[in-house]
Amino acid sequence: MRRSTENSSTKVQELVKKRFNVIKSPDSLVVALAGNPNTGKSTIFNTLTGLKQHTGNWPGKTVVQAQGSFLVGSQKYTIVDLPGTYSLLANSVEETVARDFLCFGRPEAAIVVVDATCLERNLNLVLQIMEITSKVVVSINLMDEAQRKGISIDNKKLESQLGVPVVPTVARIGQGIEELVQMVHKVARNEVIPKPRIVCYDPDIEDAVAEMTPNLEKILDGRFNPRWVALRIIAGDSNLINQIFEACEVSLPWAQ
Amino acid sequence: MNGYYEAALSSLPPGAICKVAGLFVEGITRRRLLDLGFIPGAKVEVLRKSPVGDPTAYFIKGATIALRKNEADNILVSEIS
Repeated sequence: MRRSTENSSTKVQELVKKRFNVIKSPDSLVVALAGNPNTGKSTIFNTLTGLKQHTGNWPGKTVVQAQGSFLVGSQKYTIVDLPGTYSLLANSVEETVARDFLCFGRPEAAIVVVDATCLERNLNLVLQIMEITSKVVVSINLMDEAQRKGISIDNKKLESQLGVPVVPTVARIGQGIEELVQMVHKVARNEVIPKPRIVCYDPDIEDAVAEMTPNLEKILDGRFNPRWVALRIIAGDSNLINQIFEACEVSLPWAQ
Repeated sequence: MNGYYEAALSSLPPGAICKVAGLFVEGITRRRLLDLGFIPGAKVEVLRKSPVGDPTAYFIKGATIALRKNEADNILVSEIS
């Protein structure tokens, strides 16, 4: 049993290296950095990594990939900057790249950067990411600009509504970055276990999800969130579903 | 603007302010428009048209979004009351 889990974790590492060009190991935990365009995502990335970063392309895609590393105590983290998107429903190469990394790259934590001056627009992506992975930390950035516009944000309330940690930041001057890093560290090591709020859909959809979930739980075996996979099946996202089942080494009846 | 109106977003001139009344598409395009913030009740301002008249820039929920005419044709808007 022990041996098989070791084997499967090296297998995941190899796949992640091949598919995303990201090296995953116990010595270096992986953090994904997601967010809408123009939220200060890159400012946070630069503040965290300083000069320890390298850029290239996502394998096989004409989308820029930036990776860097930072330390929290003695723990090394590799942070991967995902393309800025409003959604993860794979309408563009950028969205596919971001979604695939969150889904198949298995980051130990995901930071979602949101713009404090237009929260409503930004929370759409937060909810979509929370459906894929529970290991989410929200960074409400541009807090200074929001203040200037007379917007005040109740972080604690937002945190309890979303069910995931929320850290206010002003990345431009480095404010809140230390708190963000500490929170990511806690989430990555399972010291803080976020409980993402579940988005409820129409009753017919919820019924179908409930019907599929028990079987999916068995098939997915903890590798993917069964509720999310059920929702993707209902949406008819066959490309993604095939990839998920392939990753679970399930032979598909219709593929034979 | 005078009087109550309901029109396609694509038909409004720059400067017009309206709200989204509904979407005339299904599937991926609908999802895309919703992701961009075009949800019923949302306030939209027509900012400007590109020199050739297409696409047009709209200000919605704190961001400027450009849509092609054939996309904006699918968005039904009404006067802000």
